[in-house]
Amino acid sequence: MGNHSDGSPNHSGTVATAGQNEVEKFQDPGIPPHRLRLADTDPKAAKRAERQVALLFGLSVVGTVIFLVAYFAIDLGEDAGIATIRLQNALLGVGTAFAMLGIGTGIVHWAKALMPDHEVSEERHAIRYEEDRVAAVRIVDDIVEETGIKRRPLIRNTLLGAVALAPLPAIAIFGDLGPRPDEKLAHTMWAPQDGNLKRLARDPDGTPIKASDVTLGSAFHVIPEGLNELHEGKLNEKAKAVVLLMRLDPSSLNPSAGREDWGYNGIVAYSKICTHVGCPVALYEQQTHHLLCPCHQSTFDLTQECKVIFGPASRPLPQLPIAVDDEGYLVATSDFKEPVGPSYWERDMHERSNNS
Amino acid sequence: MSAATTAEPAFVAKTKAGRVTDFVDSRVGGSGILREFGRKVFPDHWSFMFGEVALYSFVILLLSGTFLTFFFDPSMAETHYDGSYVPLKGVEMSVAYSSSLDISFDIRGGLFMRQVHHWAALLFVASIAVHMLRVFFTGAFRKPREMNWVVGSVLLILAMAAGFTGYSLPDDLLSGNGLRIIDGVIKSIPIVGTYISFFLFGGEFPGTAIISRLYMLHILLVPALILLMIVLHLFMVVVHKHTQYPGPGRNDNNVVGYPLGPVYAAKAGGFFFIVFGVLALMAGFFTINPIWNYGPYDPSPVSAGTQPDWYIGFVDGALRLMPGVINGFHFEYVIFGFTLTLNVLLPALVPAGILFTVMFMYPWIERWITKDDREHHVLDRPRNAPTRTAIGMAGFVWYCVMWAAAGSDLIATHFHVSLNDVTYWLRTLFFIGPIIAFIVTKRVALALQRKDREIALHGRETGRIVRLPHGEFIEVHAPLDEYKRYKLVGFESPKVLPAEPNEHGVVTGKEKRRAFLSKWFFEDRVAPATPAELEAAHGHGHAAVEASEDSKSLTH
Repeated sequence: MGNHSDGSPNHSGTVATAGQNEVEKFQDPGIPPHRLRLADTDPKAAKRAERQVALLFGLSVVGTVIFLVAYFAIDLGEDAGIATIRLQNALLGVGTAFAMLGIGTGIVHWAKALMPDHEVSEERHAIRYEEDRVAAVRIVDDIVEETGIKRRPLIRNTLLGAVALAPLPAIAIFGDLGPRPDEKLAHTMWAPQDGNLKRLARDPDGTPIKASDVTLGSAFHVIPEGLNELHEGKLNEKAKAVVLLMRLDPSSLNPSAGREDWGYNGIVAYSKICTHVGCPVALYEQQTHHLLCPCHQSTFDLTQECKVIFGPASRPLPQLPIAVDDEGYLVATSDFKEPVGPSYWERDMHERSNNS
Repeated sequence: MSAATTAEPAFVAKTKAGRVTDFVDSRVGGSGILREFGRKVFPDHWSFMFGEVALYSFVILLLSGTFLTFFFDPSMAETHYDGSYVPLKGVEMSVAYSSSLDISFDIRGGLFMRQVHHWAALLFVASIAVHMLRVFFTGAFRKPREMNWVVGSVLLILAMAAGFTGYSLPDDLLSGNGLRIIDGVIKSIPIVGTYISFFLFGGEFPGTAIISRLYMLHILLVPALILLMIVLHLFMVVVHKHTQYPGPGRNDNNVVGYPLGPVYAAKAGGFFFIVFGVLALMAGFFTINPIWNYGPYDPSPVSAGTQPDWYIGFVDGALRLMPGVINGFHFEYVIFGFTLTLNVLLPALVPAGILFTVMFMYPWIERWITKDDREHHVLDRPRNAPTRTAIGMAGFVWYCVMWAAAGSDLIATHFHVSLNDVTYWLRTLFFIGPIIAFIVTKRVALALQRKDREIALHGRETGRIVRLPHGEFIEVHAPLDEYKRYKLVGFESPKVLPAEPNEHGVVTGKEKRRAFLSKWFFEDRVAPATPAELEAAHGHGHAAVEASEDSKSLTH
């Protein structure tokens, strides 16, 4: 019975109802009386606090010395390994920390132990005074009146029009930040060049891949042949053209009508750029034939033409039609039939024009 | 000092410091400022220091960032690495990445400065966020501080912008993937998305322009805006004077605390060095963003378990939570021949949009519901505003669910659970988490209020058990002194404000909605204890016992 903290409903813990008026309130007893600290009454304690503050400031000096020694004495020469850099970094950290914390804790200790700790009460002033407000309103009225803007709507309206249009050049001048997108996103390097089909090459060294190299269950990161020889825009092309090449048991692939000849002997190639927001779909689960994007976990099923089976992507990975050339190398028979990577406003338009 | 500030014609300062002060004062008139601010009173509370942490982190960011600009080269031109980090020797990379590696390995103290800068950036956003939570839960955003709340919210967005633009600068694999995701999100914007992407990157992703453009934003535009907002923020703090927690001697007409000089200035100034020291320790011992492990940006590889900096996490998490296909319904579809990709657009814009819109508007929403147009300088203890606290926790939990979703893969691998299950759970929590948080928080707040009433009326438990002559055991409760009691009872508990007719005598639909919300806001309330109740509690037949116990009362 002695314990009231469980709030028995018949006691004071009841929820007040809306109709119940508080008749009176507790009076504010004012700021609690000031309590003296040890250092206020005992000169020895004050002296001790003084020495502690001085000691902390002294520690700061030690920290500064540590920093300087670490900076000048540790040599980051040619043969310095990562361990040396880590050591220097740690010592610079310790030195700075001592230097700063020494000053900081010293000052705070000084303030808390030795400076007056009387709480003071100060009146708040009104943010604005009625007198000022009235005067300000009058001033504004006078200013508006003297310009005569209300009496001369022609001036007002033409000014508004001019001011509204004047920022347009400031927007237009950014027009050369970038080129127009046109159809750049619709095409990749895989399109045959001068009638020559592009070979599939290993990423990153660029050596072409023979169909016979691709054993059952293996996966290759693929770039188009010639990508590494590009001098300009190499990363731009790579960001669209990277492909994953895998070989499955042909019976587990279920190509839809029109895609029967896009693979070769169970070897299929799909764009590596996720159709969600463009991360590389770099994880291949050999057993389940799932492709997983490590950024947002979109999961694509290779046996269903990379249909989305989990995650935020909404569209299958585009497939690259491949075949084998006379020398046994894998080649792309055409560009992707649709734009690769994340969706964009004009995407469907580009896909239609690619296929027409 | 005080002698120097009295400007009399024949005044001659006695000390050297006095003469310098007098020299400056007679030319710029600083004595008025000093007179106004030298002894200005600031309330003291540990929770007021989060804003200070943010300010100091920003100063440290400016200092360390300036150092980094001396060595960083934001060019995306191709180069072959020739520095002292052996594993990357001869690797083709951008000049930006190469100079970031040089800062890390070939410039003494460079790695330290990079780590100080990155840790300070993380702390900057974190302290702003915590500071805003403090301001929200204590009701410090109420009149007259609504505009300062808005400035603070803008600062949060700018801090995130500063963080993101800086994160991308080293042009390493991880930050490049971050940009890739941003590019994907931008491309999902209807009509203009593709153009914005091409304009931002100067052509196709990744192009050769983005790093230098982000660099300009990161070191010039965004910090300048942050600085401007900080000036506005602090100016308003001075105009309003600081809020204070409720307690004896504190009311809306005064400000109780320590004078700026010397105590408050010393504490706040000393605190700067403490923040700096702690950041230095972190930079010295905890590696952050080891760009040398990631390699240069390449659109093909990616490492599993990639994480953005923490403050971008909630957007990334929202992107992960959104399903692309539900029961055969694709969130990407074609309208009038154009592609609308809602599976990217919705999660990228909607949750963040809701969070920031509600955040910006909340002071006005609450003011409309409560019709409270008074100035508030005394804070609410969060328990004394149960519905507001519950709203805040609901939003916080919603944010945290999205944030946790950004680490869904790490949760799955760390706890050995299925990644898909983690996602399904988080998708559920995305919807019900805030509701549970609201209900639980409101109940906890009301319970704490009841507990406060209990203590105010019956005193605190002493743990001392006494056996009365007739055999009953009771626990002795010690009454509170009037100062402690006032802290528990000195608050307002507004009541439901029913719909009121306007000047034409009509109760509008809007007013009815307001009244409904007011009911929702204030219908569950615990009134503060009153002196009459205290009287009643004491007149419970224990007067004799209390008297004999000498300042210790017995109740049950």
